Amino acid sequence: MTKVTLTVNGRSMSGQAEGRTLLSSFLREELGLTGTHVGCDTSQCGACVVHMDGQAVKSCTVLAQDVDGASVTTIEGMANADGSLGTIQQAFQDHHGLQCGFCTPGMVMASAALLAENPKPTEAEVRHYLEGNICRCTGYHNIVKAVMAASGQDAGGAVAAE
Amino acid sequence: MYNFDFVKPASVEDAVAALGGDEAQPLSGGMTLLPSMKQRLNAPATLVSLTGIDALKGVCRDGDMLVIGAATPHAVVARDAAADYPALAELAGQIGDPMVRNRGTIGGSLANNDPSACYPSAALASGATIVTDKREIAADDFFQGMFATALDEGEIITSVRFPIPQKAAYAKFAQPASRFALTGAFVAQYANGVRVAITGASENGVFRWSEAEAALSSNFSADALAGLAASADQMIGDLHGTPEYRAHLVGVMTRRAVAAAH
Ligand SMILES: Cc1cc2nc3c(=O)[nH]c(=O)nc-3n(C[C@H](O)[C@H](O)[C@H](O)COP(=O)(O)OP(=O)(O)OC[C@H]3O[C@@H](n4cnc5c(N)ncnc54)[C@H](O)[C@@H]3O)c2cc1C
Ligand code: FES
Ligand code: FES
Repeated sequence: MTKVTLTVNGRSMSGQAEGRTLLSSFLREELGLTGTHVGCDTSQCGACVVHMDGQAVKSCTVLAQDVDGASVTTIEGMANADGSLGTIQQAFQDHHGLQCGFCTPGMVMASAALLAENPKPTEAEVRHYLEGNICRCTGYHNIVKAVMAASGQDAGGAVAAE
Repeated sequence: MYNFDFVKPASVEDAVAALGGDEAQPLSGGMTLLPSMKQRLNAPATLVSLTGIDALKGVCRDGDMLVIGAATPHAVVARDAAADYPALAELAGQIGDPMVRNRGTIGGSLANNDPSACYPSAALASGATIVTDKREIAADDFFQGMFATALDEGEIITSVRFPIPQKAAYAKFAQPASRFALTGAFVAQYANGVRVAITGASENGVFRWSEAEAALSSNFSADALAGLAASADQMIGDLHGTPEYRAHLVGVMTRRAVAAAH
């Protein structure tokens, strides 16, 4: 076991990791941050997306020891300081961008990475960016609407999947 | 996944020394290696991370070459190669999804030589040189069939040198679930001729389509390919497509790449 220290949602946090400990397991089991979900564990679904040093990554395919010292933002870091939902989270609620909610932490983190890079994406750009995030419930349509709304653009214009 | 020792050297020399150990293997972006270890298809005793070696990262212009460090993620190539070699940047920007592009690297992709991976086609069509810790290998000699390369045990790719073409493009027919190439064609035009490399189609991995190269070298237009058909012999047949379907896609994707070349 090796000690790994990360800055998670602005706070320094440490825990023990084996060579094979994944960032997703480290966050959930060592640090108790279970908002990051593990859907497939095969790098396909995007439920486990977190930001590492500002970039979206699939935390099930990153070794905790490999990113010792990194700055990580998880879904727990997306709410406002007073605990109310952040802009993207609120837009998901307003536009019914989730049903079971399993994919939602990854969807919100991927959407946040998109909006940081491209604050006013087109609907096609939103769909393209979210290619690595799978949702089994919503059919994506309301997720796209939510991201458009979170970017301050009219969500009503979103049309059915291409 | 079975447990292993993890080491993260800061220099190529230290990485090579660590790889001299028993059953040690390099880890770059991990986007291929970690899933295969989870499936227990692979169980190294030691993983040697290359992500802490600055000398393996970055894109830089060197005369008429574009040199890319082996541990440079796809997203960085998509951004930093755009001015010098736009077709290569576009290929990198189409790999997988944004999260895969933030971690996966060119060195990992070439070393893995997946028969459906994108980068091998760019390296082969560009006549790139794969630089390792001990030698330089021409792309024509590097790829040796599905998942096989000229790399020796413990040898690591340090950079890849791409001659910059006059015009080039990559056309990929993406397998919609995996986003790998069901068939992809990379076409590059140089002063001394045109090179065409096909990925995703052959059971022998990436290959040069020499008939198309000959036709395009005398007339660089999609029309020059009219009547040319790739043989279905030794093409991949699986639930996504028959050998005949892939052979057909070879022609379609090559024509699209020629039409898009810039
Ligand atoms: C969901 C998903 C979608 C994808 N879509 C595509 C796609 O559309 N097109 C595509 O081309 N690829 C795709 N990939 C694969 C991706 O590009 C991988 O990143 C890449 O194939 C491997 O690179 P890596 O840096 O992750 O290597 P790793 O997984 O770290 O390593 C792969 C292999 O290469 C070896 N290795 C790594 N670096 C070196 C080096 N410098 N020298 C010698 N050996 C080395 C390792 O030991 C290992 O055997 C996808 C992957 C996923 C998970
Ligand atoms: S759990 Fe990581 S991609 Fe599905
Ligand atoms: S809301 Fe259920 S998987 Fe997306």
